Amino acid sequence: MDYEKKLSTAAQTIKPSGIRKFFDLANQMEGVISLGVGEPDFATPWKIREAAIYSIEKGRTFYTANRGLLELRQEISNYYYRRFGVHYDPEKEIIVTVGGSEGIDIAVRALMNPGDEMIILDPGYVAYEPSVILSGGVPVRIHLEEKDEFKLTPEKLKAAITPKTKVMLINFPSNPTGGAMTREDYEKLVPIIKESGIIVISDEIYAELSYEEPFSTLASFPEIRDQIVVINGFSKAYAMTGWRLGYVLANPVLSKAMCKIHQYIIMSAPTCAQYGALDGLRHCDKEVEEMRASYLSRRNFLVKTFNDMGLHTFNPMGAFYVFPCIRSTGLTSEEFCEELLNDQKVACVPGTAFGDAGEGFIRVSYAYSLEELKIATEKIKLFLDNLKNRSH
Amino acid sequence: MDNKELLSMSDGLLIQLLQKNARYKVSDLAAALAESKDSIVERLNRLEKEKIICGYHTIVNWDKTNTELVTAMIEINAIPEREYGYDRIASHIYKYEEIETMYLLSGDYDFMCIVKGRTMQEVAHFVASKLACIPGVTGTKTTFVLKPYKTDGHVLVDDEDGKNTRLVVTP
Repeated sequence: MDYEKKLSTAAQTIKPSGIRKFFDLANQMEGVISLGVGEPDFATPWKIREAAIYSIEKGRTFYTANRGLLELRQEISNYYYRRFGVHYDPEKEIIVTVGGSEGIDIAVRALMNPGDEMIILDPGYVAYEPSVILSGGVPVRIHLEEKDEFKLTPEKLKAAITPKTKVMLINFPSNPTGGAMTREDYEKLVPIIKESGIIVISDEIYAELSYEEPFSTLASFPEIRDQIVVINGFSKAYAMTGWRLGYVLANPVLSKAMCKIHQYIIMSAPTCAQYGALDGLRHCDKEVEEMRASYLSRRNFLVKTFNDMGLHTFNPMGAFYVFPCIRSTGLTSEEFCEELLNDQKVACVPGTAFGDAGEGFIRVSYAYSLEELKIATEKIKLFLDNLKNRSH
Repeated sequence: MDNKELLSMSDGLLIQLLQKNARYKVSDLAAALAESKDSIVERLNRLEKEKIICGYHTIVNWDKTNTELVTAMIEINAIPEREYGYDRIASHIYKYEEIETMYLLSGDYDFMCIVKGRTMQEVAHFVASKLACIPGVTGTKTTFVLKPYKTDGHVLVDDEDGKNTRLVVTP
């Protein structure tokens, strides 16, 4: 039997992640120093772990409400108001999801019809395009450029919107570029979003990892507040990737529709993770701030070190990635990463894993200690020296 | 406000880095804080002079060596003195090299001292022949440490916690 033919067109159409290919290469090698990880190096703060363990001891092992524990939704509502000045109703506008990923999935499914266009940013997170394709929609890519610090400009947005545009998915601070949008940057987009009536899914998972400028969300502009779907979660800020816990904030009508999908495919997010997260929102501001300060010093170190070794690197304002330009080496992103891995056993991810606009760049994660970053960058320097000697 | 200054943000970050690893080179600190090396050296000198940074020490888990070493917590009761309070009698105690750490405490007793010695007998002898005889000291209670778990924020025992089980490359 030709099993491939049994697969749905959608399952056949979505491409395997470019990251996966690189994972396989690096994974079969001994002693690899990786700068390729998209999750924090910190263990989850002990208070959160302890709260989750306690919930299990107390026998809180049942489903929660579909939308998640009301106490947790209340704390999420308080948190968004306290940190970013936007209010969401815990009863009607908040759903606790299995990671931000589920939030994106149910938002796209609740909004898109086959043939609808959805704007995504390139370079961008690997899961966005497949989510459009799985919904039957048509992905439309906006190529972001380093000269704009990988921000979305009003000109680019205007040019991408057509009568078929239904949704745009944005992610700032961005994985993989670290680029971020300030309030002033967003102000220029607001009239375009309002006039076009498109829905914007805003993946704000790296919000707490904002450095020079405070994090700004499109949802804080009252005139388009109902057009914005906020995706966030606990993975990055609270170092809780493996717990799979996120949330989605949206207008009540959309939230109700998403909750229908959520209740059938998920029922409710893991209960012990919800109790852990509740403690995180209540008691872990200090831990979050300490992690942010660590990331900041690592970013400073990497930006200087890469620029000093001749790989032009713009100073990203958020997340935990730098995105050095490797064009000066004459190699493609894939070639650079493969040769670096073979030569020095250092794993980075080619920019092209995040879309065509990532060509000429590599993604370097700084979810590693300064000591580890120092060793890894010394090896990258050796690799560059070897490259130069080879070409002479 | 008396002459204590609020720690500036960048001093705070510098101290935070050094608390994690006192062996960072000036060039690394400069890169991490996006400053010049000169400015880091200048700030370190100032923080040292002001005794905000009081030293750069090595944390050793002696249990893992063949060095004989015992640690004792000694609670001390003392009579405070007119004008000096507890400070003068404290100075008679902390000047002994054997005293590694000393605090004045609220509660049932007045001082807590941490003392290290080669054997229990050696520590007991120090307490009986030196500490307990200081005029003004009215009582001592010595408790020996059986096992250190954590000191100055560093866990000293082998612990799975924080062991890196991350996949090598993830999105």
